[in-house]
Amino acid sequence: MKSRALLDRAAEGGCPHVRLQMSDFSIIGKATAMVDAAEKTTGTGKYTDDLALPGMLVGKILHSPYPHARIKSIDTRRAERLDGVVAVAVGKDAPNPFGILPVGHDEHALALDKVRYVGDNVACVAAVSESIAEQALELIDVDYEVLPSYFDPEESMKAEADLIHENKPHNIEKDYHHVFGDPEKGFAEADQICEARFLANEVTHAAMEPHSTLASFELDPHTGNLGRLTVWSSTQVPYYLQHKLSLVLEMPMSQIRVIKPLVGGGFGGKSEVIPLEIIAAIAARKAKAPVKITYTREEVFWAHRGRPRTIIDLKTGVKNDGRITAVKARVVQDGGAYCSYGVVTILYSGALLGALYDIPNIQYDGYRVLTNKPACGAMRGHGTVNVRFAFESQLDELAQKIGMDPAEIRQRNLLQPPCITVNGLRVQSYGLPECIEKIVERSGWRERKGKLPQGHGLGIACSHYVSGAANSIIRSDMPHSTVNIKIDRDGGVVVYTGASEIGQGSDTMTAQVAAEALGCSLSRVRVVAADTDLTPIDIGSYSSRVTFMAGNATLRAATEVKKLIAAAAAKKMNCAPEEVIFRDDLVCKPGTHASEQAAPAQDPRGLDGRERPSPHGTENSATSVSGRVEGQILRGSLQQKRKEEGPKDAMTFEEAVVAAIDFHGALTGTGSYAPPQQARGGKHKGAGVGPSPAYSYSAQVAEVSVDEETGEVTVHKVWAAHDCGRALNPVAVEGQIIGSVWMGMGQALTEEMIWKDGMLMNPGLLEYRSPASVESPEIEPIIVESIDPEGPFGAKECSEGSLAATIPAIANAIYDAVGIRLHESPFTPERVLAALRAKKNSKPLNLTEGVDPTQPDRFREHGGALWFKGKGPRRHELDPARSEAPAGGAD
Amino acid sequence: MKKELIELRVNRRTHEIAIEPNMLLLDALRQTLGLTGSKRGCDDSSCGACTVLIDGTAMLSCTLLAASCQDQEITTIEGVSEHGSLAAIQKAYGDWGGAQCGYCTPGFIMTVKSLLADNPNPTETEIRAALSSNLCRCTGYSQMYEAIRAALDAERKGIAAVR
Repeated sequence: MKSRALLDRAAEGGCPHVRLQMSDFSIIGKATAMVDAAEKTTGTGKYTDDLALPGMLVGKILHSPYPHARIKSIDTRRAERLDGVVAVAVGKDAPNPFGILPVGHDEHALALDKVRYVGDNVACVAAVSESIAEQALELIDVDYEVLPSYFDPEESMKAEADLIHENKPHNIEKDYHHVFGDPEKGFAEADQICEARFLANEVTHAAMEPHSTLASFELDPHTGNLGRLTVWSSTQVPYYLQHKLSLVLEMPMSQIRVIKPLVGGGFGGKSEVIPLEIIAAIAARKAKAPVKITYTREEVFWAHRGRPRTIIDLKTGVKNDGRITAVKARVVQDGGAYCSYGVVTILYSGALLGALYDIPNIQYDGYRVLTNKPACGAMRGHGTVNVRFAFESQLDELAQKIGMDPAEIRQRNLLQPPCITVNGLRVQSYGLPECIEKIVERSGWRERKGKLPQGHGLGIACSHYVSGAANSIIRSDMPHSTVNIKIDRDGGVVVYTGASEIGQGSDTMTAQVAAEALGCSLSRVRVVAADTDLTPIDIGSYSSRVTFMAGNATLRAATEVKKLIAAAAAKKMNCAPEEVIFRDDLVCKPGTHASEQAAPAQDPRGLDGRERPSPHGTENSATSVSGRVEGQILRGSLQQKRKEEGPKDAMTFEEAVVAAIDFHGALTGTGSYAPPQQARGGKHKGAGVGPSPAYSYSAQVAEVSVDEETGEVTVHKVWAAHDCGRALNPVAVEGQIIGSVWMGMGQALTEEMIWKDGMLMNPGLLEYRSPASVESPEIEPIIVESIDPEGPFGAKECSEGSLAATIPAIANAIYDAVGIRLHESPFTPERVLAALRAKKNSKPLNLTEGVDPTQPDRFREHGGALWFKGKGPRRHELDPARSEAPAGGAD
Repeated sequence: MKKELIELRVNRRTHEIAIEPNMLLLDALRQTLGLTGSKRGCDDSSCGACTVLIDGTAMLSCTLLAASCQDQEITTIEGVSEHGSLAAIQKAYGDWGGAQCGYCTPGFIMTVKSLLADNPNPTETEIRAALSSNLCRCTGYSQMYEAIRAALDAERKGIAAVR
């Protein structure tokens, strides 16, 4: 309606010809409700487990009870005889190995000869109901030969026999040794050096939606046998899933269709192919019926793929002026039983020592170690979080040693972009200086730091993250994202993208970029996403790549279509195609855009009074679609009308589209994105991981209080400034910043995977202690826009980069509050108390086995106790774990 | 197990269904009635994604027997939309980013409805305490408080306009 009115006024010449300011945007930069928000708030949206097919069976998986054992035999006959059981699948039904990384094809959907962790997948029952499937699991007879198991990464590295994977000597999945610059010389030049061991906890994604997969085969009309496979799955990476299914099932990829329904959160836990996704297809093939498998919450914890427990030996040198001279890090990651993303994780840990600060000399030794626990994989802030905790804590210590303010030491070590770091990372846009300024100002750092009452403190830390990896997992010249756009005579814009909406706002971003580029309203745009039959390849939603890469591909596709429309519109308006302006559902000649562009009325203040844009979207977005259906229906009369009117100054979007279709035929456009060669990193071994076309930056101040009686740490507020390039949708960007900081706080204070003899002790949401709303602090997100030269409209990453800074910001705030420097996370009351007592030279409390968390020296399995291999407290004589063999070995 | 006929009254409509006596309310809603808006996020009443209203009180449908809910008025997320349009709280959750992946959202909205029915003008502390029965992994909860405030404001204005 509004656009019609504007058009009429333009035609009458009755309005001022406001020159369009191209710096203004009509869609992006405004807080917009997600395009799928109503589906989510009304419960009508479908997640995988909400789907059902006629004749669908329920799949249940039998898991290994042993951390490390050889399978001598599996007998499924008793289970198969149970009424209601349709099929029982075992390893030899699909024996091909797979893994997310080409170098890590070490998993089988169902175990072939060995199980490697408690929870490893052994067999799958497809039955008519869940209860029958569960009964059948108990009727499967598996004969195991229990093997010695490894739970401590440093112990595991000494292993000579009974290796977890025969081809991995000393149970080391991969080790890297990098030297950039001259670290020895750097340390020689340093005025102050700190060296310490840090232990970071193992955490998991715990996305609210448990993994779920529904697999169904069609019958081939020509052969009469099972033909094409369709898989609906809770995945961040439909294309990789299609690829791995093809590998394991020995089917061509063209015969497999992967559809991603709504996904209830991923955080990296769904960024690789989880065995159940393949098991469902194997079971469906064997049962000749659709099979759905949904993990229980406990199974989700066993499936894991979270952030590994990490031992970091870190040494940093600085000069008295605050400049960092050298960093040396030795990192050991407790990777679990399979490679998963491990090789990438251990490389990120080293590579992302660079690109935040200017560090001239870096030495990095990284070890990814196999242990008999569920595999660790990618989790929000992949690879960088634990090392960042160590680095930022140590930088704080060094600032104190040289008597410098912790904010200032960070400002002394800024990069001077554009530049290439010593380890080959190209940095262009760099909003870190502004991030630091903003949080120092907002938190009242200068006035309040060190002046809060005893027990209260402020801490600062910074972090960064990639906007997508510059090199894809599968090395090829394939574009990382491709997007198709189709516009038909109704003026509706359909964007086909493989990018996966997992709650981060991928579909909304796609619609916004397309609408902005085409100058049409958001409601015209429909996004069809993540269906391998319909949408072109996109490698998935991980490493924060979607806005940058799929956004750029969308922009390019839209630009291509726009050229077609401009050519046709230019003819009608007697102007050059490149002069044509697209805006507010109008296509017009330069100088005639009638828009007065008054920013729509906003209610700029949130609860806390801080300014924020209105979340109510653009004013004209809802109104203009329905108004002009005659463009499509009454084509003849419209042409007649156009003839009568002669050349015009402006057309509605539909009129321009109809003109373009008359002129060119169908309107379609394709755009793809591959990172530029200059951004792809150096030549050393392992150089492929770390490079990104752009990096996001974050700086945070945390305010905490510490109860010196109980050891409890309370986070009161976190100020988080994040450089996201440009905020395409501020409400979504703020949501990602707050969510990252909150998840970082969970890792800092409460969340931890607790193990005992390879058994997870807390496989439930209450025991895992994801923070609830009463435990969650106020988080003030501050958006910093550095306008990246290569990002879509300047945008880059916003979903992961803020997580890593939160943990050290809290650690540094605890130091400011009570003077203890915790080197082991999470900062539980036990650890805080032990550190406080150690500081006072009091007799240590035995809560953490006498280990001082400010100077941890060894890996501890269960928040403090060495339970395994007889090192723990005495067990009851009937406890099967009492003997040297692992639990249950007597069976 | 032999099935039994029970009558469930859900979102102001009565359904006669045949269920095994040990069927949970959540499964009856999702599988038998096709009301998949209520979600299963855990199996031990720790996450709140399955929250429904039973006679106006927020309850976890994953740990209630369906058969025990006969003769009670059950409201699920599907019954929240008003006259075919979004309720103020649903609109506000969308506008203020209270929902990201959306999996926990139906449970939260039922919890908020129950809170506001008991206490139409809650303080921030009261909101935080009430929301603690539900878990969210995406939002950090902050944007939900803003959404709840905005919904209350909208409803207040709506009422004022009618008057």
